[in-house]
Amino acid sequence: MNDTVTGNTTHLSPETVLNQMKKHGVTHVVWLPDSETNWLYLLMKAEPSLTLVAVPREGLAMSIASGLHAGGKKPLVLIQNTGLMESGDSIRGWLMGMEVPVVIMVGLRGWTRHGVTTDTAAVYTERFLNAFNINYYLVESDADSSRIEIAFKEAETNKRPVAVLVGDEYHGFVSK
Amino acid sequence: MFDTAAMLKAFAKYRGDAIVVSGRGGKHWIDISDTATDLPLGDPAMGGHCGFAFGLAMALPQRKVVLFDSEGDLQMSLGVLLPVAEQKPANFYHFMLDNECYATTGGQPVPNAKNVKYDQMALAAGYPRAFAFDDLGALTKALPDILENKGPVFVAMKVKPEIENEAIGNRRRWRTRSQPQVVRDLKKALQIA
Repeated sequence: MNDTVTGNTTHLSPETVLNQMKKHGVTHVVWLPDSETNWLYLLMKAEPSLTLVAVPREGLAMSIASGLHAGGKKPLVLIQNTGLMESGDSIRGWLMGMEVPVVIMVGLRGWTRHGVTTDTAAVYTERFLNAFNINYYLVESDADSSRIEIAFKEAETNKRPVAVLVGDEYHGFVSK
Repeated sequence: MFDTAAMLKAFAKYRGDAIVVSGRGGKHWIDISDTATDLPLGDPAMGGHCGFAFGLAMALPQRKVVLFDSEGDLQMSLGVLLPVAEQKPANFYHFMLDNECYATTGGQPVPNAKNVKYDQMALAAGYPRAFAFDDLGALTKALPDILENKGPVFVAMKVKPEIENEAIGNRRRWRTRSQPQVVRDLKKALQIA
């Protein structure tokens, strides 16, 4: 199963991510921008089916997402790995404890597939998720978009947060 | 300062069909009302009550959502005032109990306990309306206006601390439903997915 926009294996297009959000009925994106999400932001902003809820600190995104879910909406949390780690207790209490089936898309700052990862934000991300027993899927290009699909389904099935680690910047639009 | 329980009884007369996120007032509110549209969540994670109720208000714009937050929670997540002010959910009524201390841990004062003007902070963040009360009579008189007009509105209330020093395991277990069950009950009652 693959609904990639370009099918490319070199980078992740913002259109691919947006298509996955729409396909899975996301209504609200609760998010804090990072250095890699501006292309995606422009697309999300133009998408009428999405409401963007910006937060000034990532932990807030978890309780807001929990409330949206309680009210029957489908939130997605979009943050960077630094903010993920800041959000630990809120994830525990407002997502896991409340059985919220939400996908957390995490910009994997510092990730290097082939080199030596020296950025501690990347070094500790998977360890953090493992400590919280949160399953995660690495997405590095459009060809990996089926893994986003898996994350959505797994979150619903298990009534738990599932992380998608974005190991690439969102590049410019396909048409550019 | 006034009693939280007395304030909640006064509020109950004007509640209408509002969803109530009872927050730190939960142990008293549950003696007044415990229906599917009452959300006694206890303390899933400190600092998140406002975010939860705000999210709920955005999800259910046709239904009033009333939150009883606390100053300790809000101090932990002051930034939440900004997205509320930006989204401006007209159905969100943000009441805040200010007892000037962390009552459940023995009564230690919150930072700058006696000098914070939370209503002014809410206004400065962008809430269109905010109030502060330290007298129950004045609050009771203002409640119809507060609740009949559009939100978001912020209401700071000076309440008497109810300090607990009992070991956690010896305290009254006032919640009757698990947190996920509370949410399931709400969804069932409102017939939402």
